[in-house]
Amino acid sequence: MIDDLSDIWVYLARDPLFGLTLTIVAYLAADRVYRRLAMHPLANPVLWSVIVLAGVLWATGIPYDRYFEGAQFVHVLLGPATVALAVPLYRALGTLRQSWHGIALALPVSVVVASLGAVGLAVLFGAEDVSVASVAPKAVTTPIAMGISERIGGLPSLTAVLVILTGILGAVLGPPLLTLLKVRDPKARGIALGAAAHGIGTARAFNESPETGAHASLAMGLAGVLTAVLLPLVW
Amino acid sequence: MLPWLALLLVFQLAGEAVRHALGLPVPGPVIGMLGLLLALGARGAWGRAAEAVPEGLERVTSALLGHLSLLFVPAGVGVMTHLSLLATEAVPLAVALIGSTLAAIAAGGVLMVRLERRP
Repeated sequence: MIDDLSDIWVYLARDPLFGLTLTIVAYLAADRVYRRLAMHPLANPVLWSVIVLAGVLWATGIPYDRYFEGAQFVHVLLGPATVALAVPLYRALGTLRQSWHGIALALPVSVVVASLGAVGLAVLFGAEDVSVASVAPKAVTTPIAMGISERIGGLPSLTAVLVILTGILGAVLGPPLLTLLKVRDPKARGIALGAAAHGIGTARAFNESPETGAHASLAMGLAGVLTAVLLPLVW
Repeated sequence: MLPWLALLLVFQLAGEAVRHALGLPVPGPVIGMLGLLLALGARGAWGRAAEAVPEGLERVTSALLGHLSLLFVPAGVGVMTHLSLLATEAVPLAVALIGSTLAAIAAGGVLMVRLERRP
């Protein structure tokens, strides 16, 4: 009986369906807890899905590459999802017309602070060159950041991890920080979250209000394009 | 809904093609996003502003973006393959991530509020 069960387990663990199912189930559970806890920033569903999945893989000895054979079917949707951001961005263009003078200054400043601030602090605290290049594009969305990292001599996979960590940090610490600084305007909160914490900050911003989310999408898109054009030029 | 998902993929693919053809540093999906944005803008300027975003596109977009967080999970689990590098560089990387993210959010939010208040 035990042998039968372990045979079945060995078989299932090799199937790509395992990684795919595990990812979606872990995310649904994390998302349910997140909503049950009134979307408390520390209950961030990306953070807890990653912790639970990494824990399960570590405990069962399944290598990341085998997990990713299944999980890639979720990962590949990041491409069309990035293109789909044009829709909230298009809607936000109306507000861009009203508040362009604020965004025109706040956004580039935020982008420069996020990128060069990270580089400066990493160098100051003695990080190696490859880590410095990997951390430079961490504030923009994963596919853009990995492309930039490769171009300036970083490790794209390390960048992916730093991007996720940045997004989680931004989503967890950003809203309370903005409230502390008395930034209550949904436009300002969205721009700040999208520019500094890409898609994860944008997902968090959509939890506050559609207006906050639209501005975060706008900021994330503009920050991605700005960083992709500027960083390889100044490196 | 399927034709609109296909449209998103076509824009992504066109973005990849433009990136390779011109050797741009901007990734394909971002060029695809700008392309779709231009297409929506052109459609709106054509005098169809009231129905500028087609309903099917609206549906597939909210399905994808409604669970945007899920799409970051597989790459995020990749943290387990970099645990040793992350451990040796934990202090500089943690300081860099936390410091720059807080500073960027504060700078962006406060500047926006200051500039919005002006008439």
